[in-house]
Amino acid sequence: MSILVDKSTRVLVQGITGKEGAFHALRCKEYGTNVVGGVTPGKGGTTHEGFPVWNTVEEARAAAGVDCALIFVPPPAAADAIMEAADAGVPLVVCITEGVPVVDMVRVKAFLSRTTSRLIGPNCPGLISPGQAKIGIMPGHIHKVGPIGVVSRSGTLTYEVVHQLTQRGLGQSSCVGIGGDPVNGTSFIDVLRLFQDDAQTEAIMMIGEIGGTAEEEAAAFIKAHVRKPVVGFICGQTAPPGRRMGHAGAIIAGGKGTAAEKMKAMELAGITTVKSPADMGATVAKVVGKK
Amino acid sequence: MKIHEYQGKAILREFGVPVPSGDVADSPEQAKAIAARLGGRVVVKAQVHAGGRGKAGGVKLAEDPAGAEAAARQILGMMLKTPQTPPEGIKVLKVLVEEASPIATELYLSMTLDRGRGTHVAMASQAGGMEIEEVAASHPEKIIREWTDPALGLQAFQARNLAFGLGLSGDQFKAGVSLILNLFRAYVDKDCSLAEINPLVVTRDGRVLALDAKLNFDDNALYRHKEIVALRDINEETPLDVEASKYGLNYIKLDGNVGCMVNGAGLAMATMDIIKLAGGEPANFLDVGGGASPEQIENAFRILSSDPSVKAVFINVFGGILRVDRLAEGIIAAVNKLGLKLPVVLRAEGTNVEQGKKMLADSGLALVMADDMGEGAKKVVELARTAGSR
Repeated sequence: MSILVDKSTRVLVQGITGKEGAFHALRCKEYGTNVVGGVTPGKGGTTHEGFPVWNTVEEARAAAGVDCALIFVPPPAAADAIMEAADAGVPLVVCITEGVPVVDMVRVKAFLSRTTSRLIGPNCPGLISPGQAKIGIMPGHIHKVGPIGVVSRSGTLTYEVVHQLTQRGLGQSSCVGIGGDPVNGTSFIDVLRLFQDDAQTEAIMMIGEIGGTAEEEAAAFIKAHVRKPVVGFICGQTAPPGRRMGHAGAIIAGGKGTAAEKMKAMELAGITTVKSPADMGATVAKVVGKK
Repeated sequence: MKIHEYQGKAILREFGVPVPSGDVADSPEQAKAIAARLGGRVVVKAQVHAGGRGKAGGVKLAEDPAGAEAAARQILGMMLKTPQTPPEGIKVLKVLVEEASPIATELYLSMTLDRGRGTHVAMASQAGGMEIEEVAASHPEKIIREWTDPALGLQAFQARNLAFGLGLSGDQFKAGVSLILNLFRAYVDKDCSLAEINPLVVTRDGRVLALDAKLNFDDNALYRHKEIVALRDINEETPLDVEASKYGLNYIKLDGNVGCMVNGAGLAMATMDIIKLAGGEPANFLDVGGGASPEQIENAFRILSSDPSVKAVFINVFGGILRVDRLAEGIIAAVNKLGLKLPVVLRAEGTNVEQGKKMLADSGLALVMADDMGEGAKKVVELARTAGSR
């Protein structure tokens, strides 16, 4: 069992006529994802790269059925796109867009709390359940079906750990990038809960970053509720305070949110922490007893 | 993005948050004229993007226009060094000259994002003038917080709670409530990541004033605030940071000698970490992004290698969207144009990796290949050490 998505998940791409949207809709489809089409307001009724295009999410849902919306629209329209998908009753909304203003996300989060939709992102690579569905921008070919659940705030660093795992013959149940923004949808805790309940997942690799307290909260949750081995890494051990390290959320502010604090919280929660990002895969192999 | 105090105060004034009368000067003569216009005692304050200016000699009281001129002469052009500036300090190019307010009480007020709760929080404290982090650590009970409704924002009853908590009463209470609500409006309308008034003062003549103003802005929202972008002061940034921002590159200069070029913020931070673990020091953070063009790569390579402290370069890319052959194209173009002699360690995975590696191998560049990031870090730190000792 994968978490959240599988082969049957019907995916709608919002912003499908844009360069990124069209490119990744095709890559997802090639991987085997059931991409039903896309939405671009004003281009309804046309087709783009072989995909049907609708004007609204509501129309698409009525015509094709939509289980998941994958959003590539630019930052000024991204918050609106998320709310449109949630309002149309799409259960899973994945927003790849980087650069959504915080004030917008605060409002979106409040809006979502009145719906049953789950948001992943924004500013994230999306999620993949190897062999089932790829809903995002990650390179599909580095993944392999298996027992490791991966959850991360980072994109390329997730590819790095997946590559290390696959090289050691360790496949992944699902990999979820929750995004690098200070206000996002699905949290570490949400994904950890899913992995704990997922029969396919035997161990969890969690990758955090400097900034905020999401990793500390996740550590407390793991201590209380997760009965599977967890390996943790925090990037930004050498980051200077007060500087935003690329991701809007990756900033040490007021002396809080350092990698050292987060690693300590993880160790106290019984998580096996990794100092060097080169050792992530090997450490997971060790905890699952595979050399 | 950060702005100067005088720019922050102009925004506050626009939103009805009372600030002392004053104006900005870039010469002693101008400072004198402003002081003459204001009349009475004035404060001359260095305008740099760093706190701790008072202790560093960047804030001076003056009794009259001649005194203001003398104070401005001392401050303008100085390299102001505070715990928040680079070690060499920041050159002061402007001073704010404003009326000296007779202070009765110093308070603290700020608005920022509470990440954990996913909404904005307004914080107030009677412990004004102190570092709020210190207050939070030693006397957390002295900070009052009101979390706003995400959609509706700060409500009047919350502003009253904060104003009562600040110990305000009578006319000052009314003034305080309206100031708090106006500050929140400025915070949201201008997409601030922080709006901090420290100190907020009650003057002896009964006014409630923002004596200092620190406004930081959400970089992601700058697209809808051309007026804020216009306030950018590149004198406050390192020249390489400025150059990198022209090409949409995420670059931060650091103190080490190993240049890094990486795609993705998380992997870029992890690469800095692994260089440090291998016994080296990263010279920069550089995220070229997922969809970098060969031109962007070329500029990135030029910028990071133009830092004279860089002795070796580590390129660590995991191409998801980024194609390794395009990366190679950019690096080769940069090397050919600039005639670079720096040793480079390359670790690349992803689309068209073999083709990219071959292009680089054939380019004549002093290139060392690494199979994984651990090996790459070791090699580049060693190369930087040998190059540095020559």
